[in-house]
Amino acid sequence: MLRFIVRRLLQAIPTLIVLSILIFAWLRALPGGPATAMLGDRWTPEREAQLNAALGLDQPIWVQYWKFLGRAITGDFGNSTVTGLPVIEEIGRGFTATVELSFFAMVVAIGLGIPLGYLAARYRGRLLDNLTVVSTLIGVAVPVFFLGFLAKWVFSSQLGILPPSGRQDVEINSTSVTGFVTLDGLLTREFDATIDGLVHLLMPALVLATIPMAVIVRITRASVLDVLDEDFVRTAESKGLGTATIRRRHVLRNALLPVSTTIGLQTGLLLAGAVLTEKVFVWGGLGSLLAEAIELKDYPRLQALILLAAVVYVVVNLLVDISYAIIDPRVRVGR
Amino acid sequence: MALLEVRDLSVVFGRKRQKPFTAVDGVSFSVAAGQTVGLVGESGCGKSVTSLAIMGLLPKRGVRVSGSVTFDGTELLTLSDKQLRDRRGRDLGMVFQDPLTSLNPVIPIGLQVTEVLRRHRGLDHKKAQAEATELLNKVGIPDPNRRLSEYPHQLSGGMRQRALIAIALACQPRLLIADEPTTALDVTIQAQILNLLKELVAGTDTALIMITHDLGVVAGLCDEVNVLYAGRVVERAARHELFADPRHPYTHGLLGSIPRLDSARSAKLAPITGSVADNIPWADGCAFAPRCPNALQGCVEQPPELETQDTRLLRCYNPVLPATTAAKEG
Repeated sequence: MLRFIVRRLLQAIPTLIVLSILIFAWLRALPGGPATAMLGDRWTPEREAQLNAALGLDQPIWVQYWKFLGRAITGDFGNSTVTGLPVIEEIGRGFTATVELSFFAMVVAIGLGIPLGYLAARYRGRLLDNLTVVSTLIGVAVPVFFLGFLAKWVFSSQLGILPPSGRQDVEINSTSVTGFVTLDGLLTREFDATIDGLVHLLMPALVLATIPMAVIVRITRASVLDVLDEDFVRTAESKGLGTATIRRRHVLRNALLPVSTTIGLQTGLLLAGAVLTEKVFVWGGLGSLLAEAIELKDYPRLQALILLAAVVYVVVNLLVDISYAIIDPRVRVGR
Repeated sequence: MALLEVRDLSVVFGRKRQKPFTAVDGVSFSVAAGQTVGLVGESGCGKSVTSLAIMGLLPKRGVRVSGSVTFDGTELLTLSDKQLRDRRGRDLGMVFQDPLTSLNPVIPIGLQVTEVLRRHRGLDHKKAQAEATELLNKVGIPDPNRRLSEYPHQLSGGMRQRALIAIALACQPRLLIADEPTTALDVTIQAQILNLLKELVAGTDTALIMITHDLGVVAGLCDEVNVLYAGRVVERAARHELFADPRHPYTHGLLGSIPRLDSARSAKLAPITGSVADNIPWADGCAFAPRCPNALQGCVEQPPELETQDTRLLRCYNPVLPATTAAKEG
């Protein structure tokens, strides 16, 4: 298993290099650049040339790339052209916020999605099933930002039971260890910080979870229905096993295979959904950094963000493959 | 009294707003302890549905089962789900057609054998493990200890079927139902599996219902044979009688459509003409009449009853006579 993981990680290196070349070329092929965006109304050709020279953008593209690669290996992705701060620091802060949000969103999506999908399949054609099918359809169809504003209006403006935005209440004064608000609270035993973090997370996480949850419900339902028709389930019935054993051991385990693939894909897509959700709830994660960087043509920040997204994808897919190997003996490599 | 008595068993499939389909139409037969009974017929004649009805494995929605199935004096059709679960795997074992799809691909063989032992015999993990090794050994799986931790895809087709037989026999059921157990296997393996089944039930009190479309299987194994057509028994006879002297034109046709090595090379096979799609409903007459070479006018006016003729049961107005059989073969 360890060899498999190491090999997969090594395989990711060429992928990332090719991707970095593509981003590099693509960003520079777009009209405008950081200099134009920074100068705005004060733009003159001389000033642009001067700024480009200062940013190193006057050099041939392969020279720029070579320098970028050399620094990137040491973890230096340059300074943001918007804030002038090192990109890696900016992203570091936003990354913890986004990961925390995505993690809880996925916990909700998986924790509710699999049981709901399972129950829908079990009570196929009955009220619960029909309700689930319809509500998942709505869940996928309603845009995240609409749902976000709706939730804010109901729970913050009207009922006033949940905070409308942000990760933490200003009155909470906790120590930051990892940057994850909820985890920090546990580590430093400042439990009020953890609870406050969870209260802030509740609405954005639920909103972000709707689409992946709806997809997981659908896939689980279809997959369980497929497995229920399998011959080996009939064999299990012919053994006189209890219903609970049959469902747990024979149905659910087989049904989870396609679900784990879906979970991997949805986790990757979550980053896209997070941009909108973070915007609505003023979350201060990667989403706002990305939106700002695209608007202002912040090359260093964009390069780092896109590579980070690629790394996340690689890691998530690796985790999916590992879960596959755990669930299904047929895909285990070697012995 | 027989161990299993099936009386007037009917199974009707039908969803709301759909024309109901009668898969099994008043089938009766019985199996005594230690006896092997064959259910023979083409695909769709109702033989598998009969076995699933006996086991209580038919889906509950959209299926109507009527008649009576008594096992050792207990009516199975009216048992509660839980009571039935207590019997399945313990008193009633079943071997299915396709050994690859009938085993759970993501669980080791060992667990699939031990779970039935633990369910019905209350063995602890260690004892169940030892018993499973013993069982695999008994069904001729070499190196059983290692096999227990392997998964179905690591076993050959024949080995998988042996494992399924081990599972079905784990609790020494009094009735074993084998539903086309050799159909999905290579010819050489088929013989091995049949021999294994024969060995395992011979000299024990285990009753065996052998479901097959393959008359070769019946010839080697069964004491008594029921030939099914369109959900009804059309002929029932002891094995040697049926083979030597098939009376129902359908049985006769089945036997005639088997290629023989000792017939002349120029001799043509005599397949049964038409297909089950040509059947008429039993209510209108004999379902086989449109395909029957012996059909008379009366056959499509009034359905024939299952009646005793000599030592057998026959549902036919114009059966094949022993003499014509001889003439045809000569």
